[in-house]
Amino acid sequence: MNLLKIAPSPHVFGKKSTKSLMSGVILALLPAWAASVYYFGWGAIVISLAAVASCMVFEYLIQRYLMKQEPTLTDGSAALTGLLLAFNLPSNLPIWMVVLGSLVAIGVAKMSFGGLGNNPFNPALVGRVFLLISFPVQMTSWPLPTGFTTSGADVVTGATPLAIMKEGLKGGETVSAMMDKIPSHMELFYGHMGGSMGEIAALLLIIGGIYMIARKIITWHIPVILLGTIAAFTGILHAVNPEAYAGPLFHLLTGGVMLGAIYMATDYVTSPMSKKGMAIFAIGIGVITVVIRVFGAYPEGISFAILIMNAFVPLINQYIKPKRFGEEVKHG
Amino acid sequence: MLKTFAKGGVHPAENKLSAKSAIEVLPLPKKVVIPIAQHIGAPAKPLVKKGDEVKVGQVIAESGGFVSANIHSSVSGKVTKVDNVIDSSGYPRMSVLIDVDGDEWLETIDRSDNLVTDISMSAEDIVKRVMESGIVGLGGATFPSHVKLSVPKGKTVEVLVLNGVECEPYLTSDDRLMLEKAEEMIVGVRILMKALNVSRAIIGIENNKPESIKSVTKVASRYTGIEVAPLKVKYPQGGEKQLLKAAIKREVPSGALPLDVGAVVHNVGTAFAVYEAVQKNKPLFERVVTVTGKKLSKPSNFMVRVGTPVNQLIDAAGGLPENTGKVINGGPMMGKALNSLDVAVTKGTSGLVIMDDTESVRRAESNCIKCAKCVDVCPMGLEPHLLSKLAKKQIHDKLETERVMDCMECGSCSFECPASIPLLDYIRLGKNRVGQIMRARK
Repeated sequence: MNLLKIAPSPHVFGKKSTKSLMSGVILALLPAWAASVYYFGWGAIVISLAAVASCMVFEYLIQRYLMKQEPTLTDGSAALTGLLLAFNLPSNLPIWMVVLGSLVAIGVAKMSFGGLGNNPFNPALVGRVFLLISFPVQMTSWPLPTGFTTSGADVVTGATPLAIMKEGLKGGETVSAMMDKIPSHMELFYGHMGGSMGEIAALLLIIGGIYMIARKIITWHIPVILLGTIAAFTGILHAVNPEAYAGPLFHLLTGGVMLGAIYMATDYVTSPMSKKGMAIFAIGIGVITVVIRVFGAYPEGISFAILIMNAFVPLINQYIKPKRFGEEVKHG
Repeated sequence: MLKTFAKGGVHPAENKLSAKSAIEVLPLPKKVVIPIAQHIGAPAKPLVKKGDEVKVGQVIAESGGFVSANIHSSVSGKVTKVDNVIDSSGYPRMSVLIDVDGDEWLETIDRSDNLVTDISMSAEDIVKRVMESGIVGLGGATFPSHVKLSVPKGKTVEVLVLNGVECEPYLTSDDRLMLEKAEEMIVGVRILMKALNVSRAIIGIENNKPESIKSVTKVASRYTGIEVAPLKVKYPQGGEKQLLKAAIKREVPSGALPLDVGAVVHNVGTAFAVYEAVQKNKPLFERVVTVTGKKLSKPSNFMVRVGTPVNQLIDAAGGLPENTGKVINGGPMMGKALNSLDVAVTKGTSGLVIMDDTESVRRAESNCIKCAKCVDVCPMGLEPHLLSKLAKKQIHDKLETERVMDCMECGSCSFECPASIPLLDYIRLGKNRVGQIMRARK
């Protein structure tokens, strides 16, 4: 007879693995990716391939030759970072900038802190913000959705609805006058607007989010509370002066709010672990996003808002504890 | 909506392979090894020596204190040795070894099948009889039952909760007992109610045991005050605190006992043993043991005499399959992997789960991705990721304030972890050390 194995309990394990969770998120992003390919054509495909491939290559090289450890590419986290970075970029960005952004995302934001699980800031957002600050012109010339009709070199670019609104309001225009110059809410919902690859198509991003909640990859807390905060805050402003402040629906459907709320703020590593902590985190992001959008210099603020709140996560985890069993004695 | 406990929990594959197998009486073994410590508390003191003749039901080791239990011979025959023998924990423990000769029971035991429903004994006599009969919690914790029936002054018990949850995957011994011995078990429940002087009893059963729910409900409906609570399937609902939360919506505070919220919990198997002790004068020397596994040809439930070597149970269930990796004493979530098949069945053996080599492998550990799934599933509202890290770094004061001692070692965190981090292994280490520190402080 063979020798029996001994190990402490439990002796059975669940089906979830890091790989299955990461691939679940990638799967949830695919419909929105397909939409960005439909709207932006070859550029979208090229940018995503470049970002995913360079993130994976950088992670492999750094793990193998700098950290001298067994590469863990198969867990899918580098590929996900690459995809999320691509979703945050305009589809006509020069490839070398994409590669540079990937290097910052993986090399600086992730691996220098010790790799998966140890990074305080969302790597894809660090990559995006690095590019935004370094190359503001290229990073804000958004191709308009023209599909495969034009080739990469001469796409028509323009401002995003958020930027149009911001400039208009700054120039003394009213919200209702500006609303005529941007796509309708329905078009925004389907994604027919200029913008980064993944910030369009709210509908498909929401479908992916529902899929992730149903598969228990993420919980509803961060996305719902974050979107609720933005809706409430902009709703109050809009109610106070509808001509100076755009309505909540406009704010929810434009910019990277959906992408940020559902896919970036929910990043396991850089979000709090207790439900109460998640609520604080989500409310913080919502408030900061609206403050930047409405009162700040940038038309879009969710990337900064998430990165700022990322910095508070260790503090939140330290002080916000889950409700312990037996904390309140109830006599029924 | 079915009732369940509020916080955390997981749902492992149920795999109740032996649910349809009626309880069979296992043939008598040739030799038995009966450890004198089969319960929580002080070990019993041996009363027999080499060469003594013993009968079935005879006390062979007497209780070593209030929190302790008598040990009875499960067979008749000759004592060959009283010595240290490796038991299911892997450590040598004092045991009585008996060569079986015939099956001669003490005359005081009523061996008939007649159901005795009238309870003539007084409450004090019931507690005394339970103590003399060596009855311990048969759900696996083996806490001496008479202790739970002796309510300290100043405390009142309002409700008796019966644990028929059997939330461990694979195990079916309680299920079969509730199905086949519902009449006896309900008499046992009434005896326990009398001993505790309560008028209300709730029997919690998960709804993956519909037949048991039906049979117990049918018998229980004849008496006032006994209800059956069907519960939603969720592990670890069989934990005392979780069961009380599910069945009567009361939360036992940290460090407190069910008694502090006016409840006492007993296992349904214990209720059956109490029936036999009080109505039939039969001490606890046999129990139902599930023998199961995916590769096993005949997953079974056996009525087994304490002291029977486990390999005899496995042979009766079709023999040890090839490529067996682990044999688990208990369920797969909280049971212990055995290192030898020569060890004996004890009062706490609820089942043997035989796992294939491929099922017995742990996945390689990878980085914690802070997904918080361990926090979500912890039924005690703890943070397993944090506790395991603190234990690894030996930060014991922080471990204590983070309530490591509340951990019931259910294993839900290790079960769920996508990075396959053995969280509970580290937490156990930390608990152990913190427990030592706390005891030293007293």
